[in-house]
Amino acid sequence: MSESVMTRDKNMSKGMGRSPAESHAPKGEGLRGFMSSSRSDYLLLAIFALAILTMPIWLAPIGAGYPDILQKFAIFGIFALGFNILFGFSGYLSFGHAAFLGTGSYAAVWMFKLLSMNALIALIFAIAVAGVFALLIGYVSLRRSGIYFSILTLAFAQMSYNLAYSVLTPITNGETGLQVSGSDPRILDHMFGSPSGRGTPDFFGMELQGWPGFYFCAILLILAFFLTMRIRNSTFGLMLFAIKSNQNRMNYTGFATRPYLLAAFVISGMYAGLAGGLLAVTDPLAGADRMQWTASGEVVLMTILGGVGTLLGPVIGAAVMKYLEQIFSSFNEGFLHRAFDFLPSGLQDFMVTIVSPFVGEGWHLTLGLMFMLVVIFLPGGIMEGLRRVSGRFKGDRGAADTAAHAGH
Amino acid sequence: MAIDTSAWSRRRLLKTSAALGAGLATPHFFVRNAWSQDQAFCNNPTGGNVVLGFNVPQSGPYADEGADELRAFQLAVQHLNGEGDGGLVKTLQPSSLKGNGILGKKVAFVTGDTQTKSDAARASAKRMIEADKAIMISGGSSSGVAVAVQSLCQDMGVMFMAGLTHSNDTTGKDKRRYGFRHFFNAYMSGQALGPVLAEEYGKDRKAYHLTADYTWGWTQEESIKNATEALGWETVEAVRTPLGAGDFSQYLTPVLNSGADVLILNHYGGDMVNSLRQAVTQFDMKSKQVGGKQFEIVVPLFSELMAQGAGEAVKGILGTANWDWKLDNEPSKILAKSFGEAYGSPPSQAAQTCYVQTLLYANAAEKAGTFYPPELIKALEDFEFDGMGNGPTLYRGSDHQCFKDVLVVRGKENPTNQFDLMEIVKIVPRDQVTYDASIFGGDLGPYEVKGCAA
Repeated sequence: MSESVMTRDKNMSKGMGRSPAESHAPKGEGLRGFMSSSRSDYLLLAIFALAILTMPIWLAPIGAGYPDILQKFAIFGIFALGFNILFGFSGYLSFGHAAFLGTGSYAAVWMFKLLSMNALIALIFAIAVAGVFALLIGYVSLRRSGIYFSILTLAFAQMSYNLAYSVLTPITNGETGLQVSGSDPRILDHMFGSPSGRGTPDFFGMELQGWPGFYFCAILLILAFFLTMRIRNSTFGLMLFAIKSNQNRMNYTGFATRPYLLAAFVISGMYAGLAGGLLAVTDPLAGADRMQWTASGEVVLMTILGGVGTLLGPVIGAAVMKYLEQIFSSFNEGFLHRAFDFLPSGLQDFMVTIVSPFVGEGWHLTLGLMFMLVVIFLPGGIMEGLRRVSGRFKGDRGAADTAAHAGH
Repeated sequence: MAIDTSAWSRRRLLKTSAALGAGLATPHFFVRNAWSQDQAFCNNPTGGNVVLGFNVPQSGPYADEGADELRAFQLAVQHLNGEGDGGLVKTLQPSSLKGNGILGKKVAFVTGDTQTKSDAARASAKRMIEADKAIMISGGSSSGVAVAVQSLCQDMGVMFMAGLTHSNDTTGKDKRRYGFRHFFNAYMSGQALGPVLAEEYGKDRKAYHLTADYTWGWTQEESIKNATEALGWETVEAVRTPLGAGDFSQYLTPVLNSGADVLILNHYGGDMVNSLRQAVTQFDMKSKQVGGKQFEIVVPLFSELMAQGAGEAVKGILGTANWDWKLDNEPSKILAKSFGEAYGSPPSQAAQTCYVQTLLYANAAEKAGTFYPPELIKALEDFEFDGMGNGPTLYRGSDHQCFKDVLVVRGKENPTNQFDLMEIVKIVPRDQVTYDASIFGGDLGPYEVKGCAA
């Protein structure tokens, strides 16, 4: 590896919220610092939890205060958090994470069909199945690194998609998607004499649709966030960051890096399985679309948009992306005319003509532009933007400087 | 480097589990709030407006159909609100429509993109129901999507007036109490098309199926297979192709060497345009002879929009249609004129079915005198009507399927203009395509559901 690459990699790790001085600190004290979360971490967790749980209130003015989209924010937040453990922490870019999302969904729906409508059983099974699946794919893919690893994961995901779409139709019901029906066996439900007639997943009697569904997802997101924080602050997290900054040096010093990578891969696969299971819990249907390469690409976009390697970034990126997909895609010309109502009619028509390619079915264009702008001007994602803004406010040159170095 | 693994002290474990417990208890506080907003049913319109949700594909292989459906919905909303020339509001028989909205409330609408994906369609429908308070969802263009959205609507207690969906499952094994379909289905296509095929191509034919790999394709293939095999045809092979494949040459290559002398394309929309064009232009199948017989291509579900896309390739191709703007009856002419004046092109069959569904929903609400879905459903069940362009039509109560005449159409050899690409070969009367509702199984489910108001 050339010297320039190594320096750049070092700079990258600098932006990951960990100062180099910290990692060179004396062993005893420094390590303890990593093992236990600091007070500021708990403060962050508390603020995060509060922000997530009050989303229905503060997101209502921008038209996102309804259960379905907030459920999606939380679920894809979990997905992106997990993806970030692999990509953000260890630098391994997987292009096939949607395979685990889809596997989780199918596993959960099968649990609904076979055992019980209880969400807990379905989620545990979803996480387990996705974990095993990730172990298999990771074991093979992690024999390579860099672009070869990415291509391998992409190939596996696309293979899973095609299997789900046509070959495994008896298990996945192909394009139509797997659904629950009244005639499913649901052994446990029948055993305890509570067959849920409506086919709605529940959490010990609480039906997980609408708002209860959102709070269920939100709490799991907060737990997932907490776990990610713990992982980041653990020795295991440190190993991953070390692999990202220089895997060769790790190998030379006698560390077997692959077990760490495989563990990271499986953990992030389990996060994806949890997200996929939650998708099935809030809407008991699993389709092959969830495994398509576009879905894998989406989570990469979410993570980069929000900020690779940061804790909050992926969650923010996921929300922004889902917001664009759900809300921007629903703006039609009638809506635009109402939005530009305050302008004189000529100017109003002009504005509608200008804006309409970017909304409705053109939301992909907006997403693409936004992604380009972020990658060019804010390589550290939205999180870097936030840091720069806060740095500006504090008048602290140093903070802005660190931010400018974050990620390339 | 030593790895410290004993990070979890007993004290921390206790602290964490207490925090966890508090966290898990949180939703119960919020839930109580969510349940307090008591409503008799989901999205009962309270203001001066009633919101309808139109969920159509704006991207993907069925985007053309989706765009035309949206035009039809907008036209229907105008006509319901008493704007424009009123269209078929005046011709519906028997009618309770008043031309001042629905039950005195002005009709507003929201739109969404299904992307021809079940997930996206359900997310979009949920947005309409939860955020925009839509009381009815309509649209479609893919049976997979229609089935998925229909079951969502049943769960949420919102009416679903299916647009273009042709699979037997929509009103068969996946039928729902809250879902209604005006469009015909694959079984009817088979029943209508079979006799014409025997007449035109003889009773000794070998068929090769290319089938879109989802619920519609499967039932279409099955229905056409049953109908043609009953005539004495033989099915050589049935190959499934992915939805939105784009290039079908790998599937078309083996056809001519398989011994088959008829190719049946169970494709629709952009898929059918591509596969038919490739079969005709790239493989030149229509000029081939197999075993001394002229090679033929059949497209069981045909539409004007697809004929426009496929151009020259559609000439002489047989298929079926739900409706055609050239039909010689008063309502069809009125709709074609009204649509043509608004958008500069005649309505497609997808547009007609969406237009009619919107009017029928409004009429049912007027007839029932309420938006309360169970009453409205009862008003639609076994509703016998006329004046929508399809002749006398029955909305059968046992499966929510409309029964009406089915058209057998053929791509015109010498079209006079770009909208005159199909000729009607035969109008198959309703009795010949009617079947027993029990043959497809399925269960409609309850009238009363907890829905989103709960």
